[in-house]
Amino acid sequence: MTAHSLSAQALTAGYGENLVLENLDLVVPSSRITAIVGANACGKSTLLRTMSRLLVPREGCVLLDGKSIHELPTRALARMLGLLPQSPIAPEGITVADLVSRGRHPHQGVFSRWTRLDDEAVAAALETTRTVELAERPVDELSGGQRQRVWIAMALAQQTDLLLLDEPTTFLDISHQLEVLDLLTDLNRARGTTIVMVLHDLNLAARYADHLVAMCKGRLHAAGSPSDVLTERNVRQVFGLESRIIADPISGKPFMLPIGRHHALATGASPINRG
Amino acid sequence: MTPAKLTSFIAPPYCGRPGGSRSIWLPLTIFAVVVLCTLSLLIGSRDVTWSDVLSAIGGHVDSIGEAAVAMRIPRTLLALFAGAALGLSGAVMQGVTRNPLADPGILGVNTGAALAVVIGVAWFGMTSAQAYIWTAILGAGCTAALVYTVGSFGRGGATPLKLTLAGAATSIAFASLVIAVVLPRGDIAGGIRSWQVGGVGGATFERLAEVAPFLSAGLILSLGSARKLNSLALGDDLAAGLGERVALARGIASFAAVLLCGATTAICGPIGFVGLVVPHVCRLLVGVDHRWLLPFSSLVGGGLLLAGDIIGRIAARPSELEVGIVTAFVGAPFFIWIVRRQRVRDL
Amino acid sequence: MTSFSSALCSIADDRRSRAHRRNIVITGLLALTIALFALTLILGQSYVPPGDVFRVLIGEDVPGASFAVGELRLPRAVLSVLAGLSFGLGGVSFQTMLRNPLASPDIIGISSGASAAAVFAIVVLSLSGLLVSIFAVAAGLGVAIFVYGLSFRNGVAGTRLTLIGIGVSAMLESMIAYVLARAPAWNLQEAMRWLVGSVNGAEIGQALPLLAGLTIFGGLLLSRARDLEALRLGDDMAAALGVDVARIRIIVVVTAVGLIALATALTGPIAFVAFLSGPIAARLVGNQGSLLIPSALVGAILVLAGDYCGQFLLPSRYPVGVVTGALGAPYLLYLVARTNRTGGSA
Repeated sequence: MTAHSLSAQALTAGYGENLVLENLDLVVPSSRITAIVGANACGKSTLLRTMSRLLVPREGCVLLDGKSIHELPTRALARMLGLLPQSPIAPEGITVADLVSRGRHPHQGVFSRWTRLDDEAVAAALETTRTVELAERPVDELSGGQRQRVWIAMALAQQTDLLLLDEPTTFLDISHQLEVLDLLTDLNRARGTTIVMVLHDLNLAARYADHLVAMCKGRLHAAGSPSDVLTERNVRQVFGLESRIIADPISGKPFMLPIGRHHALATGASPINRG
Repeated sequence: MTPAKLTSFIAPPYCGRPGGSRSIWLPLTIFAVVVLCTLSLLIGSRDVTWSDVLSAIGGHVDSIGEAAVAMRIPRTLLALFAGAALGLSGAVMQGVTRNPLADPGILGVNTGAALAVVIGVAWFGMTSAQAYIWTAILGAGCTAALVYTVGSFGRGGATPLKLTLAGAATSIAFASLVIAVVLPRGDIAGGIRSWQVGGVGGATFERLAEVAPFLSAGLILSLGSARKLNSLALGDDLAAGLGERVALARGIASFAAVLLCGATTAICGPIGFVGLVVPHVCRLLVGVDHRWLLPFSSLVGGGLLLAGDIIGRIAARPSELEVGIVTAFVGAPFFIWIVRRQRVRDL
Repeated sequence: MTSFSSALCSIADDRRSRAHRRNIVITGLLALTIALFALTLILGQSYVPPGDVFRVLIGEDVPGASFAVGELRLPRAVLSVLAGLSFGLGGVSFQTMLRNPLASPDIIGISSGASAAAVFAIVVLSLSGLLVSIFAVAAGLGVAIFVYGLSFRNGVAGTRLTLIGIGVSAMLESMIAYVLARAPAWNLQEAMRWLVGSVNGAEIGQALPLLAGLTIFGGLLLSRARDLEALRLGDDMAAALGVDVARIRIIVVVTAVGLIALATALTGPIAFVAFLSGPIAARLVGNQGSLLIPSALVGAILVLAGDYCGQFLLPSRYPVGVVTGALGAPYLLYLVARTNRTGGSA
């Protein structure tokens, strides 16, 4: 599997009159997990939409292996770059196996027949996401966590080296959030899939991502390893929030504790592992 | 889009325009309605003089000009009352459903009233205006209940999209039922077809007197529920928290709206879009407080229908364009404008 | 890897059994269409033996049957089938594209646009024949472009398009009502055609433009069936799967409008056929593959059966649109309630 390189150059994008992204540069490290974080309406999702050619930038471009993705044939691009939007729509009554097999769309021509290769891709996707037992159930009947795994299975059936996900953990409870993030980590480790995702939870982002991107008001505020990006200063600048950063006792990555108006750091109490 | 526009349908009353502009708009609107009434008496297929108008109002019908004006008096009054009823009914419906696209025409309520009247005429030999009115109100009520129930199933309750689609679909279904009822009855088809276009021509004082009690009852009930609509505007949960009996408030207000549009449909035929346009215009003028919005809607509604009727008389001289056609041509672009203005998420 | 191979087997089996069901349903629909077509030819006001019907069809002159079958029933049946196929195809394409069973061309104003243009051409401009068809197609496309253009704001949203279509439709319908109320010696039956749709007075010559339209537009739609299916997952997801969403939308709008307008110019807006075919086909076929072909067949069946009912099975003679309109109403309300309960699709 060749590692594709994805980057954005001087990206300016937006909807109608308002510009959401302004002159943004970003390089996505290949075969790594990148998490994009930032306050509400800072342009995280817009960045992801532009990077996956759902939105045409006003200025600048998104490059995949040095070529602008908005000039690549859509089907060819869809074989390299997969996307899981924030709220995908499952047609009424569709079964899991059927939905996952829709992921094979870019691999099929207008009149080409379904092959054993397609069946294998679907079966592998179901197995990786542990949804084989659900295969014949209608998607409507699944729980939120199961449904999200099915959508990821669909993106896997697409067999792309790059996978972009817009808030894959929203509306999931904490155990399902971890399940989804563990699954994405498996993918990254086993196949070297490059993963870019928008995440709300700073601490989960710091723990799971190799590369953290913090956005603020349509601009790139900081990018780098979690320990470089998740600092008290950056949290203050991006979220307007006072906080303490301690070391996550489990992973050793940075862990952010918000303070708020009614609490102050108790004098004398020293945060764990501050030095 | 500014946040103020977005929240204009759920904003609490005190977000409305300052009271100062209301006291300017009230006399201006009344003045405009008086001018329109005068124009309505002056303009028609026969040219008349000012003195004809004055003496006809005084009760003389000696000259041809005076007689022509005398014919126009009930027509003017009917247009005024029907417009007021439709405007008010639209404002109440938009309040009850918290839905900017609610309108007796769009929601299929007028078609429901029409179907009931047609069935009454074709199958039960109904002839009296009283029977027309009662049947139309019954039809309007049933249709409103049906469309609202169907439109509010499922996630998100009665969103503008669901209500409008349910209304449009019901309209199509009822329209074909109207045809199914009328088609074998060549004797009544012509009359019903011209009634279905919607107009105020051929009004008499008798018909006015027959519809007046219904319109008055609707008017009183609507204006009485203004405060309740203000609470409902905050959402059912919050309204209940403020001590409003939500179901009762909604029931009374809906009944008033149905009374108004059903009675109007019985006399004039289905006239669309007045109930849609008027409340929007009034919200721009006097804000979202229903205690102001409702009376203003009836005033502006009356003025709008009068203006539409006058335009219909001028546009197709020497014949006439029914006011129902005029309002559809003015109202549909307005509807489209409202839809374009909204954010998709809010539809 | 045993679990993988068993998963593989069960997936392949599942897919095959669903494809099998789909083939059975399509075959059944095709058989029903042919049966209704034959029934229309054989049994009308009078009974004509199948043998005689066959002889008429291959061009022989059969006394007592040639006129009834060849001149009256055959054109009517052919027009019914073609119009039904067109309405079914056009309707389901719009519904799939906008992911909303209620967003069919008869609800969002395209049928009323074509119909209004036809009425205007006949009553006001005194045109007839092919010119009326051209007028109707042009108007249908005009309305579609108008509605599509008005809904354009940072891309077209299905919701906005549907609502704007309803507004435009209301305007056009009041225009039809006005023109019809004005037409002096207007034949009521003829008026019904433009209000609810009818196949009365069909002529075999009318079928040709419709057949040509069906071949061109229908073929184009069928070749795009898979992209259209992907749109059901949402525009974003479809784009992620490599569908050029903007282009497929344009293709669907042009072809579906062409189909609907051509059929409407001949039969009027036969109520609810475009609207009902897709959902009925979906219930029969389930979620396997494209709905285009089953829905087209359902459309043909609805028009054939509706016209037969309207002519022979009811106390008074009704045009087909009244039958489909009245029969469609309960199903429609069921559908609205059901769609809304599951949410999402709007």
